[in-house]
Amino acid sequence: MNVNVTERDTHTPVDLTIVDCDIHPGMAPGELTPFLPKRWQEHMAVYGSFFRNGVKNAPTTHFRMAPDTARADSWPPSGRPPGADLDFMRAQHLDAYGIEYGILIPLRVGPGAQRNLEFGAALASALNDWQLATWIEKEKRFRGSIVVTPDDTEAAVKEIERLAPDRRYVQLHIPPKTDEPLGRKRYWPIFQAAVDHDLPLSCHVGGLSGHPVTGAGWPSFYLEDQHSNVQSMQAMLAGLVLEGAFERFPKLRVVLVEAGFAWVPAFCWRMDKHWERMRDEVPHLKRKPSEYVREHVWFTTQPIDEPNDNAHLAEITEWVGYDRIMFSTDYPHWDFDDPRFAFKGSLSAENREKIFRMNAKVFYGLD
Amino acid sequence: MSAMTEISAGKPIDLSPYHGSIIDCDIHPSPPSIAELLPYFDEYWKEVLTMRGIDRVAVDITAAPPNVPVNSRPDWRPAKGRPGSDLALMQRHVLDGFGSAAGICNCLHVAQIVFGDDLAAAMCTALNKWLAAEWLDRDPRLRASIVVPIQNPQLAAAEIERWAADRRFVQVLLPGTSDMPYGRRYYWPIYAAAARHGLSIGIHAGSSYRNAPTPTGWPSYFLSDYIGFSSIAESQLLSLLSEGVFVEYPNLKVVFIETGFLWYPSFIWRANKTWRGVRAEVPWLKEAPGTLAERHVRFTIQPVDAPPTPDQLERAIDQMGSDRFLLFSSDYPHWHYDGLNPLPAGFPTGLLEKIAVENPTETYPRLQKETAQ
Amino acid sequence: MASTDTAPRQKTKTVVAKVSDVKPGGGIYVTVNGRDIALFNVDGTFHAISNRCPHEGANLCTGRLTGLLESDRPGSYRLSRRGEMVRCPWHGWEFDLVTGQSYCDPKRTRVRNYAVSVESGSGLIEGPYKVETFPISIEEDYVIIET
Repeated sequence: MNVNVTERDTHTPVDLTIVDCDIHPGMAPGELTPFLPKRWQEHMAVYGSFFRNGVKNAPTTHFRMAPDTARADSWPPSGRPPGADLDFMRAQHLDAYGIEYGILIPLRVGPGAQRNLEFGAALASALNDWQLATWIEKEKRFRGSIVVTPDDTEAAVKEIERLAPDRRYVQLHIPPKTDEPLGRKRYWPIFQAAVDHDLPLSCHVGGLSGHPVTGAGWPSFYLEDQHSNVQSMQAMLAGLVLEGAFERFPKLRVVLVEAGFAWVPAFCWRMDKHWERMRDEVPHLKRKPSEYVREHVWFTTQPIDEPNDNAHLAEITEWVGYDRIMFSTDYPHWDFDDPRFAFKGSLSAENREKIFRMNAKVFYGLD
Repeated sequence: MSAMTEISAGKPIDLSPYHGSIIDCDIHPSPPSIAELLPYFDEYWKEVLTMRGIDRVAVDITAAPPNVPVNSRPDWRPAKGRPGSDLALMQRHVLDGFGSAAGICNCLHVAQIVFGDDLAAAMCTALNKWLAAEWLDRDPRLRASIVVPIQNPQLAAAEIERWAADRRFVQVLLPGTSDMPYGRRYYWPIYAAAARHGLSIGIHAGSSYRNAPTPTGWPSYFLSDYIGFSSIAESQLLSLLSEGVFVEYPNLKVVFIETGFLWYPSFIWRANKTWRGVRAEVPWLKEAPGTLAERHVRFTIQPVDAPPTPDQLERAIDQMGSDRFLLFSSDYPHWHYDGLNPLPAGFPTGLLEKIAVENPTETYPRLQKETAQ
Repeated sequence: MASTDTAPRQKTKTVVAKVSDVKPGGGIYVTVNGRDIALFNVDGTFHAISNRCPHEGANLCTGRLTGLLESDRPGSYRLSRRGEMVRCPWHGWEFDLVTGQSYCDPKRTRVRNYAVSVESGSGLIEGPYKVETFPISIEEDYVIIET
């Protein structure tokens, strides 16, 4: 019989309780305006976003394959954009998948990518306030991210100081494409604030550094732009390690979001090998790069890697560490991972529980 | 003790069965100074280079500084002069040392980095003449890559045409990066010329630094850049695949030289995954990226960015998905291993013949013609 | 319509929807004999495939219908079979509505496809079709899926 598919999904018994470490709340046009001071409302209307991008107001350089980068079935019947309807998100996602906690990472208006740093800081504050009022206050399962503008470290620290006392914000958010590699000294005040408040740092793929999205130059296709998320994360991870941020901030914790994790072991082996040879260039590092990664870095699962042979996924997962990996869906984006079917490698019940729930509960201090 | 099995940590991998037939796919003659190259320029350029003092400037590239440890193995440094500058030492150290039947010279030179297309083209021509006269002519085992002015693909294609008849040139060398990713159609005159003449394309680890070497700008340390050369290789490979270079040039082989290779499995899993859904953006790809890569792409083995245990190395190599990928290389005079022990413990010995002989022969058509004779 | 132990199971024809329920260029979800099926209307021709994407279980009935985008050579493009491909609403895998084959891996990845026909209400009232919960009106046309 004709059945509304959402109803069908909620009727399918879903024996899950998970923590989703990457949900993107959507935003209807004009929704942010009330949270901005008038001066910036006017600025936004007249000058708009000012990115290192030839296409005006576009927070990404390459067109996506799907409208709004969203799952085709995530457009709410209310007419609001994907991810912007809380009731619909509850039915289609939170309730349907037994989500105990959802970590919000707002990817709107690109505060950290704005060339006008003051405007960026104002947008960050507005976005954080919007996040609280529109989402976190209305749904107990949500926790939030303090979005900061990394290339204005003073403003970033100020924003962290402002919001850190509200522990419903469970992390900072910085995209892995900053003016300079993130580990460099100019960003250290942010890390200091993070550890002072025991807030982990989340780096969700994206951002507009002004540099080509690959070290080889500007690619033609979204196929390449999408994949370059991995290389941007590799560069950022190398920066945090080699520039000495982890050595300087032993308590700093970082989660890399939406780059998957299969690339991590080979990248760590490579860092170790060449550090052995050229450690005299980086005497501030007291330990092997992979040791810093092991102690400081976590990874979310999405987009789950798909080797032809599921045994390879199991190997990689073991090498990265069952305690280092946290499940995420990326709802409502098109490359969403369904918690029932995404993880095709075999996992013991204990490791499944870690990856889908317990690692995140510990990492974010939930409960 | 046989020179082939000098002990380092762990069980040595024995290459002696292949003594006499090994093909070494990456050797670095030290880049000649412009002063050394002057005799190989025409009169016009001799005038310009001396007048402007260009004959007195550095020719080393930032991506391969000669004195850093990774580029200069201590026991391979001559008493005088730069590593890789002495043929007799090169012969003793690696050509005789490994018992190579052939060794492919890749000269990393500022000619491929400088601004000014015609200047670059003149430097490349002089460099290739120098390679032929001072290396290829002096040891019949040596082969070389044609160094081309990547800055201008038309001029690069002309340089390929200039050397195509000399069968000792088996490859066209590209630096790690130039202005844009190498799959772009802008570069296709180079692939057309190479394909026409049975030359493979070699993309060496590195960067021209026309752009920041990472998507997030300029790291502080050479170590960071060197590590990041594998990320750059990933992006270059994806560009070649996405733009359809292997569709347009179905006989072309591309070798990634000194970029490492253990990044490949996770890279290709992701490339396949994304393609399955984004196929419509690149509809000329009728086969998965992984299928194309197995047919067209190869990697020199140095450096082996190996995991901590032999068992993991074996698993990681298994994840590559094919035994056709790897090509033996000494990477002389760079320092990735000690003694004549280029392969770490755990390297599957069943692959040795393939990487030492078969895969290089298949990858470089011009070597095949010779063995057939 | 009973099946026996030795004979192949006989196919069942089931009325699943009114033609007017399925808008041209769109799809709906129906269940037939316990099967989840996505039913599409491509300019008046109906196609039925298994609703569940083999990749991660998305509902194909919510996917966008497109033509087949092909190329023989980088830089050249060809559109054919307008509306006859469905893109999975999640990761965009393309399935041929006629054959059920995936475009990226036609040999090994496909969804089940089902024979579909249209009958007028008057024809149906006379049988022999299995009618689930529809009241059949002679003025309407109906979509029938064979499983």
